[in-house]
Amino acid sequence: MIFDRCIKLAGGKRFFKHFLAMCCLLMPVALSAGENLEEESEFDAAAMIMHHIGDSYEYSILSFTNGRGEKIKVSLPLPVIIWHKGQLKVFMSSSFKGGDELVPIGDDYLRLYHEKVYLTDASGAINHDESQSVLNAQPINLSITKNVASMMLSCLIMLAIFIPAARRYSRKGALVAPKGAQSIVEPIVLFVRDDIIRAQIDKDKADKFTPFLLTIFLFILINNILGLIPFFPGGANTSGNISFTLTLAAFTFILTNISGSKHYWKDVFVVPGTPLPIKLMLVPIEFIGLFTKPFALMLRLFANITAGHIIVLSLVSIIFVMKTIIVAPVSVFLSIMIYCLEFLVSFLQAYIFTLLSSLFIGLAVNEHH
Amino acid sequence: MEQISFTALGLGLIIIGVSYGIGKIGQAAMEAMARQPEIASKIQTAMIIIAALIEGAGLFALVLAWLVN
Repeated sequence: MIFDRCIKLAGGKRFFKHFLAMCCLLMPVALSAGENLEEESEFDAAAMIMHHIGDSYEYSILSFTNGRGEKIKVSLPLPVIIWHKGQLKVFMSSSFKGGDELVPIGDDYLRLYHEKVYLTDASGAINHDESQSVLNAQPINLSITKNVASMMLSCLIMLAIFIPAARRYSRKGALVAPKGAQSIVEPIVLFVRDDIIRAQIDKDKADKFTPFLLTIFLFILINNILGLIPFFPGGANTSGNISFTLTLAAFTFILTNISGSKHYWKDVFVVPGTPLPIKLMLVPIEFIGLFTKPFALMLRLFANITAGHIIVLSLVSIIFVMKTIIVAPVSVFLSIMIYCLEFLVSFLQAYIFTLLSSLFIGLAVNEHH
Repeated sequence: MEQISFTALGLGLIIIGVSYGIGKIGQAAMEAMARQPEIASKIQTAMIIIAALIEGAGLFALVLAWLVN
């Protein structure tokens, strides 16, 4: 009976037909992937997963083994921008030839080693210490990596959606029926403004923070969804990158603290209404709390998105680890299910990030009643 | 090897704790929503906030486990 209800909720039996068709369509991909494996020596699932969730200097589009057994990699090289000893060098990452070639910069050379750029001498030696970490120095690296490129793409998508919508609002006003991009923008913007921001921040102050929070919401959402697209323009683990989430959380942290009211700071450093011994205990806790709140914000987004990517990749890896075709339908089915879940999570995490940001800002600016 | 297994045990304990907490919130929120459906959306928001805070505590522990390992 529950199953019947699920079918009804999911839009009837038609949905299941489509779903099965999708599984069938994906099967050959999984099967051919399994075939190639016969020749490969050992499949390292952990290394593959780490490679996929990490950053990269090129955008891999596809790689396969052709009929003559040659390995072919198709990838889009991205610009590498290095600042070293007052010298700026811009070149495409294809000059590294996948790490085989050195690129001269001043007296030193640059070498790509395990997806990182290091400074070396002319021989290209990479030195390790006992725990196998690299001792070579890293230059100041402003490269447009895969994550940065994907982030720029999401900026372009945002501009392409919002500029036409905004233009139509300024021309026709807000009272005409929405059309085109407006139809998708309007409910989202209204939802974020009314249900997230105005619910947490006092009404007269909420509008000041709306642009920031709305931008954060849409930026995280678009990056999450782009990360879920498994082929070329997507697939980068942008919102599962700790520096990305760190930046967003730092914005919230700065905004919260520069707009904090007198009450807010009093609650942190004086804690009114408590006896002195408790005060001595509470003030350090409150002070640390200032930093742990955005820290948790950073970790939450990072961990959720990265975990989602890891689960999907692990499910696909099962085929290669077990080296049978029999598990392919199971693992494809499971990864599609996880994909559906991750689609929900990408909305949920954008929602939670915005909700908690506005909650923190609300705590800082709201009048106490 | 032993250290790895202890970390894994700790991770398991973290997950048990966090899921117990979130489960309790879910239970309470469901009951409250069933009793007062008219404020269901408010309860939902509060539920998500608290679940996110508990999740935050869990993530702290996960990161610490990862750093210690």
